[in-house]
Amino acid sequence: MKSSEIIAKLPYQDPFLYVKTIDEVSETSIKGSYTFKASSWFYKGHFKNNPVTPGVILTECAAQIGLASFGLYLLSQEKNINLDDMKLAMTSTHVEFIKPVLPGDKVIVEAEKMYFRFNKLKSSVKMYDLTGDLVLQGELAGVILP
Amino acid sequence: MTTEAIQERLKPIVKPYVNNQENFNNLTSESNFIEDLEINSANLVDIVLDVEDEFDIRIENDDMEKMINVEATVNVIQKKLANK
Repeated sequence: MKSSEIIAKLPYQDPFLYVKTIDEVSETSIKGSYTFKASSWFYKGHFKNNPVTPGVILTECAAQIGLASFGLYLLSQEKNINLDDMKLAMTSTHVEFIKPVLPGDKVIVEAEKMYFRFNKLKSSVKMYDLTGDLVLQGELAGVILP
Repeated sequence: MTTEAIQERLKPIVKPYVNNQENFNNLTSESNFIEDLEINSANLVDIVLDVEDEFDIRIENDDMEKMINVEATVNVIQKKLANK
C-alpha cells in the first residue's frame, strides 16, 4: 500500500487532518510528517495573543500517523480486508510534551509497534521538530476495525 | 494446574486494569470483567497478552471472545495448558 493511498483512506478531513506525508512504513514502524499552518483554527484561542500548538492537537497528530495510518497499513497486509469503511477509536494516551510547537512548524512523527492484536494497536511514538529536538514522546493505543 | 492456582495467578494480571476495587476484593469465578470489575474493554486485550506471557500460551480470536469473566478465562487457560 502506497503512502498516498494510506492518507486518502484516512477518515479525517480539513480542519482535522494532521497527516501531510507518510515517508516510511513497514510491519514494525512508521514515519510521517505534518506542518501546522499558521492559519489553523486553534491558534486564535490557544493562547490569546500567544499562539502555541495545543498538546491535544500534537497528540492527535501523533495518533493520526502512529495509530490510524499505521493501523490502516497493518490491516491492509491482512487478506480479504475492506478498508473503505474502517472505524477508529483511540483508547489510551500516555504522552509527555517536551518543547512547544509554534505556528508554521513542521513535525516528524516516528512510531514503533508495541503490539497489534485483536484489532488493538499500541504504539510507542516520538515527535521531532526540524532541528531534531524531541517535542513529544509517549505511548498511544487505539482500536481499528475494518 | 488447578482452577484455584490459575485464578491466583490471574488476579495480579487483572488488578492494574480494575476500576471497581470493591468487586475485585470480593472476586468470584462469576466476576465479569466489564460489568463487575469495570475494566475498559480495550484493556481486555492487555489482559489477554499478559495471560499469554504468564502461562506461555497463545490465545486466538475465538478464545478471546469467550474470556468475559474469571471462570471462562480460567477454562481457556486450562484448555491451552492441556494442549501444550
